[in-house]
Amino acid sequence: MSRALANVARESGFAATVAFFVILAAFPFYWMLITAFKTNADLYDLSNMPLWFTDPPTFEHIRYLFEKTLFTQWLLNSAIIGVCVVAITLVCAVPAGYSLARMTGRNGEALGIGIFLTYLVPPTLLFLPLSRIITMLGLQDSLWSLVLVYPTFTIPFCTWLLMGFFKAVPREIEEAAIVDGCSNLGAFVKMVIPLSVPAILTVVIFTFTLTLQEFVYALTFISSAGEKTITLGVATDLVRGDIYFWGELMAGALIAAIPVAIAYNFFLDRFISGITGGAVK
Amino acid sequence: MAAVRTTDIVKRFEGLAAVNGISLSIADGEFMVLLGPSGCGKTTFLRIICGLENQTSGDVFIGGNVVNELPPRARGVAMMFQSYGLYPHYKVRDNIAFPLRTQRVPSAEIKVKVAWAAKLLGISHLLDRRPRQLSGGERQRVALARALVREPTVLLLDEPLSNLDAKLRASARNEIKQFQQRVGTTTIYVTHDQVEAMGMGDRIAVIDGGRIRQIGTPAAIYDDPADRFVATFVGSPPMNMVAWNGGHLGFRPENLLPREMVEDGEVAEFSFRVERSEYLGSERIFYGKLDGLPSTAEITAKLPPAHVNWKSIRPGECHPFAVRRSALCYFDKDGKRAALH
Amino acid sequence: MVAITEKLAKPQSRLQFVLDRPRVLGALFVSPAVLYVLALVGIPLCLAIYYSVSAYTIYNQDYSFVGLRNFIQIFQDDVFLRTLWNTFLFTLGSQILGLILGKFGALVLLRPFPGRKLVRALIILPWAVPIAIATVAWEWMFDSLYSVINWILIALGLMNPADAPNWLGDPHLAMICVIVVNAWRFFPFAIVIFLAGITAVPQDVIDAATVDGAGFWRRNYQIILPMIAPIVVVGLIFGTVFTFTDLSIVYLLTMGGPVNATSVLGFEGFQVGILSGDVSHGAAISLVMLPVLFILVVVMLRFIRRREI
Repeated sequence: MSRALANVARESGFAATVAFFVILAAFPFYWMLITAFKTNADLYDLSNMPLWFTDPPTFEHIRYLFEKTLFTQWLLNSAIIGVCVVAITLVCAVPAGYSLARMTGRNGEALGIGIFLTYLVPPTLLFLPLSRIITMLGLQDSLWSLVLVYPTFTIPFCTWLLMGFFKAVPREIEEAAIVDGCSNLGAFVKMVIPLSVPAILTVVIFTFTLTLQEFVYALTFISSAGEKTITLGVATDLVRGDIYFWGELMAGALIAAIPVAIAYNFFLDRFISGITGGAVK
Repeated sequence: MAAVRTTDIVKRFEGLAAVNGISLSIADGEFMVLLGPSGCGKTTFLRIICGLENQTSGDVFIGGNVVNELPPRARGVAMMFQSYGLYPHYKVRDNIAFPLRTQRVPSAEIKVKVAWAAKLLGISHLLDRRPRQLSGGERQRVALARALVREPTVLLLDEPLSNLDAKLRASARNEIKQFQQRVGTTTIYVTHDQVEAMGMGDRIAVIDGGRIRQIGTPAAIYDDPADRFVATFVGSPPMNMVAWNGGHLGFRPENLLPREMVEDGEVAEFSFRVERSEYLGSERIFYGKLDGLPSTAEITAKLPPAHVNWKSIRPGECHPFAVRRSALCYFDKDGKRAALH
Repeated sequence: MVAITEKLAKPQSRLQFVLDRPRVLGALFVSPAVLYVLALVGIPLCLAIYYSVSAYTIYNQDYSFVGLRNFIQIFQDDVFLRTLWNTFLFTLGSQILGLILGKFGALVLLRPFPGRKLVRALIILPWAVPIAIATVAWEWMFDSLYSVINWILIALGLMNPADAPNWLGDPHLAMICVIVVNAWRFFPFAIVIFLAGITAVPQDVIDAATVDGAGFWRRNYQIILPMIAPIVVVGLIFGTVFTFTDLSIVYLLTMGGPVNATSVLGFEGFQVGILSGDVSHGAAISLVMLPVLFILVVVMLRFIRRREI
């Protein structure tokens, strides 16, 4: 009897812990969701119970967001930046990751760690000189400045990820291809790339989410509303003077958050194995 | 098809010599086995012939031409890897066709040749599968078909049977050998398994420490080992060694027989103190020491059970044994073979 | 034999030569990445160092060398000293809080239960969603008038409506807020790192320890923790570096206020170097981060090396 009781106590303790973590992590997003669909009257009435709708839900904020703000422009900007940065990153990181995994021996390992460490050089250390460089190039206040700068962290990160993935491709396959008549380059193109499609896809997704998450460079280089990224735009441009339009803000935040959240959950396991990059052999 | 010759090949990895001066001549159509313990440099040497590694010094000749500077694809060699190196994203058909495609063979001809190779190896029914859908034995055949389809000048095999289970290995061994005899391609086969080496090779090159210790027919390697390494590496159980006259006296376990089984004449007699015995079905192995000899090494005798009154040989007892003089090998103090006086 | 002589006779083109030399091709392959990073990380880093010892501002582009004057000046500035202190408090506080949450969260997620995948997806959210976006939601939750946190505390009877605090308006509370938000953002990452480590420990090692008589705690702290230490330390250093150098949470939540109570190095560098245009002092402020980063990187390299043994 007491054993059963202890069991019940332990189980409910466990359930409470799970609930605590879920509420802690997800409540701000629930709050976003509910705010985005509340009428203004409902939002700003202190006597209402805030955790649920008093008035029926409304699409007013979302309509406002798409019709009266630059929200669609920001979405487009972020998409352009994402696609360009992904392209630059792949062009640099795929061959580099392969080279470091296969063709440069011991020096390659050191160089790989070196490249990875540049990922740790923070934007707040580089934004001053970079903003001068960007002014010199005439890219100030243009989304192309971000296309130029974002690869500085996506390339190191993705090179590291890809290096780990390429190491997992059996060497014999490439060697067989070389004996069967390919050059080193041919073996890379015909064997390694097709076999690494899942890894490359992971890198594409993560590069894209990294560009969406970035805030510091965007804040530093971009000031006109029309050039902003979605993250920057939502966070800084939906405030009129001192008045916050919380409904629109939360609607925008929600829309910006959803794709990244989904991408992360799909690719999390692959990402972890990439980060720990052969840490456990 | 072509003869292969190497002269004084040396390969160093960061100062360490993996291959330390190998000169070897392989005749056109010969089946040469490179036999040695793991890490002896045999695979590195094979990869140098193939062109996957570049030697530090020395020359490789294929068909009389120096190929040192040629990449693998220009050497006309084919190689079969330990875990086959099949292309997982291609069907069997495309795996076999791949070496032809890279040579831009016309597709009609590719079709004919793939069909020929598949038929030769009995894998015609597997052509539309992918490598991961095949069993180990089937993969091995596909790899062999891929290696042979372009009729290479030299076929290189790097421990191709080590991923098969014991039963399959015996039949695969047979197949490769028969096959090679039929096609007649010059073949270099790397293995650490002496059974494979003895069973397949026209000649065997025993390699240790990056050097060739002996080259010869299987019979010569077994009966007439050039040094103590070869004598103890080849043969199971290995050759018995007894310290004698500043060097060592060696004799095969199957030559150490009860005195009554050896004809009188040129014999060396020993008193064998048996410690234990093993019955392996086709043979019975006795372990023990030789009385009156300083050697501490364990001595083994291998007897055909049917012909021995083994019950009379009991553990703990001494028994008169003998070896024919002609079956004794003498190795001098450097381990080299020397005449027995 | 015919094939070989044919190939021999054909002169190799220079391109062919390159494609057949792994070393050459390897260098060729790695160079775009290296050059890109050198050009846009290496050069700016050197520039930043140079700015910090010059008199450069965007209004007066004077590259003259002034030695350590900028550093001496910022270290005599009370706001900067406050900022420095805040940065360490912010980093340490949020890392410790995040780590504790992470460790417990990992223990929870380690155990299989129905709906674990969904729970994991929800718990990952703070780390996945762009922090700037999430911070805006927190700002709304901390709102001086409509704070849902206050409403809940009052509804639960934990707080008197009259005492409802202005979270971001009070210096101490504001500091707690930025720490909490950062810990909130960091803890899913800590969970992921702990989980990656724990699931990577081979089951037979754990079984062996159990057979050898190790109980739950002993297994946890004498077997598992030392084994996952390399991964955890590397992850932790990541978190520390990004927290130590971040400005987005402070920028969006408090703007460094009230009265510099929550100003951190990254934010102050931005404030001085970008907003005020005093590039040289801004660079000096940012560069104060460098020694700390350097130490962290050295520690991390040791662990990366250790893991490769």
